Amino acid sequence: MSMLSFERKYRVRGGTLVGGDLFDFWVGPFYVGFFGVTTLFFALSGTMMIMWGAAMGPTWNPWQINIAPPDLSYGLRFAPMMEGGLWQLITVCAIGAFVSWALREVEICRKLGMGLHVPVAFGMAILAYVSLQVIRPVLMGAWGHAFPYGIYSHLDWVSNTAYQYLHFHYNPWHMIAASLFFATVLALSMHGGLVLSATNPGNGQAVKSPEHEDTFFRDLIGYSVGTLGIHRLGLFLALAAVWFGIVCIVVSGPFWTGAWPEWWSWWLNMPIWRS
Amino acid sequence: MAEYQNLFTSVQPVGPLHDGVALPRGDDKRLGTPFLVHLLGRIGNAQIGPVYLGTLGVASLLFGTLAFNIIGFNMLASVDWSPIELIRQLFWLALEPPPPAFGLGIPPLAQGGWWLIVGFMLTVSILLWWARTYRRARQLGLGTHVAWAYAAAIWLYLVCGLFRPIMMGSWSEAVPFGIFPHLDWVSALSLRYGNLFYNPFHALSIVFLYGSVLLFAMHGATILAVSRFGGEREIEQIVDRGTASERAALFWRWTMGFNATMESIHRWAWWFAVLCPLVGGVGILLTGTVVDNWYLWSVNHNVAPAYPLVSPTVLDPAILGAKP
Repeated sequence: MSMLSFERKYRVRGGTLVGGDLFDFWVGPFYVGFFGVTTLFFALSGTMMIMWGAAMGPTWNPWQINIAPPDLSYGLRFAPMMEGGLWQLITVCAIGAFVSWALREVEICRKLGMGLHVPVAFGMAILAYVSLQVIRPVLMGAWGHAFPYGIYSHLDWVSNTAYQYLHFHYNPWHMIAASLFFATVLALSMHGGLVLSATNPGNGQAVKSPEHEDTFFRDLIGYSVGTLGIHRLGLFLALAAVWFGIVCIVVSGPFWTGAWPEWWSWWLNMPIWRS
Repeated sequence: MAEYQNLFTSVQPVGPLHDGVALPRGDDKRLGTPFLVHLLGRIGNAQIGPVYLGTLGVASLLFGTLAFNIIGFNMLASVDWSPIELIRQLFWLALEPPPPAFGLGIPPLAQGGWWLIVGFMLTVSILLWWARTYRRARQLGLGTHVAWAYAAAIWLYLVCGLFRPIMMGSWSEAVPFGIFPHLDWVSALSLRYGNLFYNPFHALSIVFLYGSVLLFAMHGATILAVSRFGGEREIEQIVDRGTASERAALFWRWTMGFNATMESIHRWAWWFAVLCPLVGGVGILLTGTVVDNWYLWSVNHNVAPAYPLVSPTVLDPAILGAKP
């Protein structure tokens, strides 16, 4: 039943955080656990509310369905369901589902005797979501500053929010974040390419070793970070990219309301240039 | 539990340093005596060097250094040869492509001629480096996957700096060299062609950008989490699956109902990383050449809603025959 050839011996009891043995079972390939139940609850509730909002809205065009946060005039108060209340409940459900998912990953890690790197890494993504939808709106005093749920509407939000600060590319933390995003893709392509090139050297040739991998990058750029190091580096680059993304948007509004190109005037006006 | 997370290497065994796998006959000698850096060893290999330069490497570095220095001297000239002002205004300075009046012609040096020369040299440098990436892999008996991934990035570079300007009929369409100036170019392009967020290829490219970061976080974290079972020995795990692979696979199978294998995760990684610039390049190439306004394009194709006009309509002067 949808089990891999080697899977049975790994399906043991234990490792749960909550609920003991009560939810310690699988459905098809999925592990359930207490947090599987809460994930399902929040995800289903949220999805159904999105469907409800879409049904009350003007379109079923999947690109254009939009569930907007409350108007700025509501501040941080509750809004009527069709004027942003739905958005507020969907946000609660989303956070509930994300956190449940992370805790379910922790239970699976414990069951398999693995480190907790994956749920911790996922925590950075959850923090990014919470920063955009809760922390920054709270700091700015209105839920209306959060982004709407919709494919093109959330792109409009990014565009509009960015132009409120004239030219968002001048945001120094945005610059760092974008550089780290690109660096992560670069590192991923090099890592994926290197492993594939060692294991797929061409017809009739023997699979190569990590010695070859290290030699290739030393020949090319004088340094190879190694098989363990590349996974530390990749995880670090990815998390750092998200972290600086969080910083760049949380400072925009709560801590900097001007145009980002003007932010740099401190550099141009430093006293050391006078002479 | 914390000590098992394997975020840093706590004990670094030191042995004789390796020159690397033997090179085939006809290759040059590697340069430099390898040495160890303790701090690097905390996260990865401590060894730096040796490096293989060879003809391709030397030629690539030569063209690259020339291009870099010509950009620098043009910037220095633009601040009246003041080294202090060069540092002060570095992020604002640019080597700009020729103004639109020159089209695809050859302008005087000070009006984009240097930009054209630098663009040529940088392109030669990059292509030589590609050939070097390809050749180093072949000489070690490896596949050429890294070189082809690199080619995807070169595609995007050439679209922005060569293919699209030629299709638009003007070097002025190309990207300037400079920190803030190239960011200004990005913004101006987006605004001129109706907001690039409405360009579906841009959207897809961002999906692969964020997707790559997600994949590397997932993959890096998974391998570190099973490193106590030797998970980082990926080649070995690919040809002879061990408990590290099995646990890594089952983690994702139990989490999301699907898992890659130790080999296929690297195929996912390669394709996500490669498709990011590949699709992005397609989106840029179509901008201004095939599609003039991505927002109107999206409204026409029922993707974006038609927003009410909040400001009076302005006729594009280009339609009236105005020349920049």
